[in-house]
Amino acid sequence: MLSLYDGALDVPTILKDWYAEEATSNYGAYIPFVGTVRSEDGIDGLSFDIYEPILESWFKAWQEKAKAKGAIIKMAHSRGDVMLHESSYIASVFSPKRRVALEFIDEFVEDFKASAPIWKYDLINGERVYALDRSTAIKGSGILAGENN
Amino acid sequence: MVRVEFLGPIQKDSLELEIQNLNELATILQEDKEMTEWLTNCAVAVNDTLVSSLEAPLKDGDKISLLPPVCGG
Repeated sequence: MLSLYDGALDVPTILKDWYAEEATSNYGAYIPFVGTVRSEDGIDGLSFDIYEPILESWFKAWQEKAKAKGAIIKMAHSRGDVMLHESSYIASVFSPKRRVALEFIDEFVEDFKASAPIWKYDLINGERVYALDRSTAIKGSGILAGENN
Repeated sequence: MVRVEFLGPIQKDSLELEIQNLNELATILQEDKEMTEWLTNCAVAVNDTLVSSLEAPLKDGDKISLLPPVCGG
């Protein structure tokens, strides 16, 4: 399940709903990761752009990987502005035993950071500033630059 | 005619181009000074599938997307 929301996530409700959805699915482990906006470098918050077609295909590939391990994955992310101490991201893995879920959430979140087509901006002094220094070029980037670059 | 879209923080309007492959797009964009930095760090998708080569032929109606460095979460 991939859910996108405008603005901050309602974390308690999402976690509760996901728990309820799988309450009788016979999973022994439910491991959520919640990403919350921290106060640092004078920012007022963060803002996000998402390119949904590629995000959906990327997520579908991870759903297949989870299925192969007997697990399922759920993810929620914000579009637009998310202010300090609000949350913009939740990923959760359900699996029969804990080890699969613990390892899978780590792999999933790392690839999410490196590959999911989401762009982050700092909200600072009323401006929206692209967080280039914290961003990662997607694997295979640079092919249009030519041989001299 | 293909459509070229610049995603996320790239402040550039979409282009409609008569090109046959991505090599031709590379040549056009390399002449655009605004794009110099972006070309070194952008990934490229054709019809929402990431590509690793400039050789695949394009057909009428294809959508090309440039994806700059990402940071979700």
